[in-house]
Amino acid sequence: MKTEKLPTEQIEWVAKLTHIEVSEAEKDKYAEDLSAVLDYVDELKQVNTDMVKEVQQITGLDNISDADAVEKSEISRDEFLKQAPMSDKGYIRVKNVFSR
Amino acid sequence: MRIEEAEKLGIEQATKESLKIIHEKQGLNAVLAVNDEPWGIKGSPSVPRDNKNTISSVYRDNKTTRSCLNVPYICKDNIVTLELPTTAGSKILEGFVSPYEATVATKLREAGAVMVGKSNLDEFAMGSSTENSAYGVTKNPVDETRVPGGSSGGSASAVASGMVPFALGSDTGGSIRQPASFCGVVGLMPTYGRVSRYGLIAMASSLDRIGPITTCVEDSARVLQIIAGHDKHDSTTMNIEVPDYVSALDGDIKGLKIGVPKEYFGEGVDKGIVEAVRQAIETLKNSGAIVQEISLPNSKYALSVYYIIQPSEVSSNLARFDGIRYGVSAQDTDNLWEVYDKSRAQGFGAEVKRRIMLGTYTLSAGFRDAYYDKAQRVRALIKQEFDSVFEQVDVIISPTTPTVAFKIGERAKDPLSMYKADLLTTPASLAGIPAISVPCGEIDGLPVGLQIMGRQFDEKTILRVAYAYEQEMKKANHTS
Repeated sequence: MKTEKLPTEQIEWVAKLTHIEVSEAEKDKYAEDLSAVLDYVDELKQVNTDMVKEVQQITGLDNISDADAVEKSEISRDEFLKQAPMSDKGYIRVKNVFSR
Repeated sequence: MRIEEAEKLGIEQATKESLKIIHEKQGLNAVLAVNDEPWGIKGSPSVPRDNKNTISSVYRDNKTTRSCLNVPYICKDNIVTLELPTTAGSKILEGFVSPYEATVATKLREAGAVMVGKSNLDEFAMGSSTENSAYGVTKNPVDETRVPGGSSGGSASAVASGMVPFALGSDTGGSIRQPASFCGVVGLMPTYGRVSRYGLIAMASSLDRIGPITTCVEDSARVLQIIAGHDKHDSTTMNIEVPDYVSALDGDIKGLKIGVPKEYFGEGVDKGIVEAVRQAIETLKNSGAIVQEISLPNSKYALSVYYIIQPSEVSSNLARFDGIRYGVSAQDTDNLWEVYDKSRAQGFGAEVKRRIMLGTYTLSAGFRDAYYDKAQRVRALIKQEFDSVFEQVDVIISPTTPTVAFKIGERAKDPLSMYKADLLTTPASLAGIPAISVPCGEIDGLPVGLQIMGRQFDEKTILRVAYAYEQEMKKANHTS
């Protein structure tokens, strides 16, 4: 069964969720590409998984936790801030969240 | 170049030699950044914090060969290192120099290895040809009109062209084994949980693994010996003993049970590949192994499961690249939301965007049950199937890839045809088991890879079989 090409609104909705700006031409291309992959993976519907529990991981490790203690970071505040595109007085600076 | 040969030259000479070849073979575009001053002589930021990495101290501290690896190596550029930038093949991390280093890099440095370069890859390790790198395609040294495979294409190309005795790669759906197969070298994906991923830029966390690409099986065992083990910085690593891998390399496979899954030789797999692998199985049989046909019927769904789970995890992991804390930030913005939208639009390439969007879709309300949860259930079935087969056999053997290396540009326009390059490697990825690819002949001069899969945490047995096969091939080549 062929999945219908995803409507443009769906691509716009996904782009909004992912915080990636897309052009009109990209919308069309991604609609095509995503539809092709979704069409392919549709074959999983044939597999009966009623009695199967989903797996998140495969080594069987469970509840690995750390002591609830503060450790000094190996990396200094300055080193972190050096990576940031904008910083000010020991903090990362960002653009305004609300329009002025 | 084998590790032993590099060791004979001595670390200084071997490093010089290695740097020379890297520069000579720049045309392959296998290496994104070269460490021309690997000992931090000119005040590079690099030298280990404890400042112990002088050549003499390395020699002094490493007396036994098992804990010693005094050779140059290349590191895939999605593994963070203090020396050289780490870009993950993406524009969004252009010029990024990590303030910390990956556990594998620390371990190798402590063993005496010298990192001489960072290798090219598909952006954030998403791809099967290294064509998705923001820094240009890597060429296959066997035939420069062809791809080296991916995503660890730079690492495989570097080792195959003799730049270094070994390189680190990462494997999520085939990214070590497939390029190793395409370039005619040995690629090992260890068990999930065997090698620390601390410092590996996360792509799909339930699948990502680090492993070596080498020219021979013994070197693969030696590198694994150094990088394996529990790490408190990676809670997915198992706190269990790391066996002596090199001691398993005695060539003895008498009575060892090999399973041959019929599903891995069928539709979509080239005839020449099937023939080469069948011949390899014959060789192993002649060495005393017991070969039996087995069935892994759910493996045929692995690719579909993979292309749901992997993008889903990608969409979550790559949310951290927001243009705020590190990496490239868009300039033409008026508010915070535009910083996100534009930095990600400008920083990510087409394939990365495609997978983030696909993963966001399959995880979104209304679709999650049909895609992500369903895929996880089928993943459970694939894993169970492997578990029960491994009650009857010691290893499973198949081709590594359905075809030999394809031409540059041949599949780049059709994502789905590219994804199909992972047909035979994704099952072991989903099951969390170890697998190794070793060269097993050629088709028109292009290498074919033999994939050997083993039980969880039993790298020893796959290395044993791989080594036995390699020795038989050597003998055959000598007599012919």
